[in-house]
Amino acid sequence: MCGICGCGQPEQTAKHSHHHDHSHQQHDHYAERLVQVEQDILSKNNRYAEQNRDYFKQHHIFTLNLMSSPGAGKTTLLVETIKTLQGRIPIAVIEGDQQTEHDANRIRATGAPALQINTGKACHLDAHGIGHAVMELELGDHSLLAIENVGNLVCPSSFDLGEARKVVVLSVTEGDDKPLKYPDMFHAADLMIINKTDLLPYVDFDVERCIQYARQVNPDIQVIELSTTKGNNFSAWTNWIEENI
Amino acid sequence: MHEISLLENVLEILEENAKSQGFKQVKKVCLEIGMLSCVEPDALRFGFDVVMKNTLAENAVLEIKQTQGLGTCKHCGQTVPLETLHDPCIVCGSPGVVVTQGNEMKIKDLIVI
Repeated sequence: MCGICGCGQPEQTAKHSHHHDHSHQQHDHYAERLVQVEQDILSKNNRYAEQNRDYFKQHHIFTLNLMSSPGAGKTTLLVETIKTLQGRIPIAVIEGDQQTEHDANRIRATGAPALQINTGKACHLDAHGIGHAVMELELGDHSLLAIENVGNLVCPSSFDLGEARKVVVLSVTEGDDKPLKYPDMFHAADLMIINKTDLLPYVDFDVERCIQYARQVNPDIQVIELSTTKGNNFSAWTNWIEENI
Repeated sequence: MHEISLLENVLEILEENAKSQGFKQVKKVCLEIGMLSCVEPDALRFGFDVVMKNTLAENAVLEIKQTQGLGTCKHCGQTVPLETLHDPCIVCGSPGVVVTQGNEMKIKDLIVI
């Protein structure tokens, strides 16, 4: 049985007999009634997220939830982040993809522990899966946990994982109007990383307009422009981590 | 299609309530979905019958009540209607409107047997 949530526990099958002063036919078994529920659909996920958040707080684990569309450069960003912060902050990674271990293998090649969650048909990670992954990873205290969510600018924004900060990565090859097209994601994010800025000369992407759109959706969103592969302004990101940790 | 995941969450809540409130079958599910939440009511309707098949809510009717978006302007303090998360304040034009209503994703009530 799972120690976090009790999943896998066999259903209790309490067989009992009881005495009746009346026949079963006398019961009004088929009367319809109204049941007030007033419960958030995501209440269960949110409960797990709070458990995760408590655990992270207790163990001083700074947790980031990285989200983007597929191909924005999340894994490369994490690989370079691990290399840059090596020896300063212990980092572990949870990778979310529908299929394959590819991303976890790329992280492990840096020497950092990584756990791959394959969501199958699901388009996002949820707090329950993160709770299990955290137990399996055996994270050290005073560390950084990066959760790379499934590449998708829609669904992951709704599911709290218990993270300290939500980071959305947008690459300049995707178009500067993404914050208006996918407002929920940019509304939920604390930080927007504009990645692949070395490609700006070759694409029609207006950085100022992109930031203006993002602030229209979320006036408080922080922004870092960088190129992971060329290293341009990469230290702004690692400084941001060290300031927030 | 996170609507399917949401419906699986709805089903879990129905099953929990069936135990705690003592019912066996759900005839109708009433959801409250805010206009600013990232849920598409049509996608919920589409997935509902699929997710509820062979469960206590098979053949149940789904009713969706949509709540309008409302927010308070950080600049002028007025309560204003919102159609999207990035609408500026209709009174002063400022972009900083804090959402106060319209993000709901709730099970309101059920008709059960």
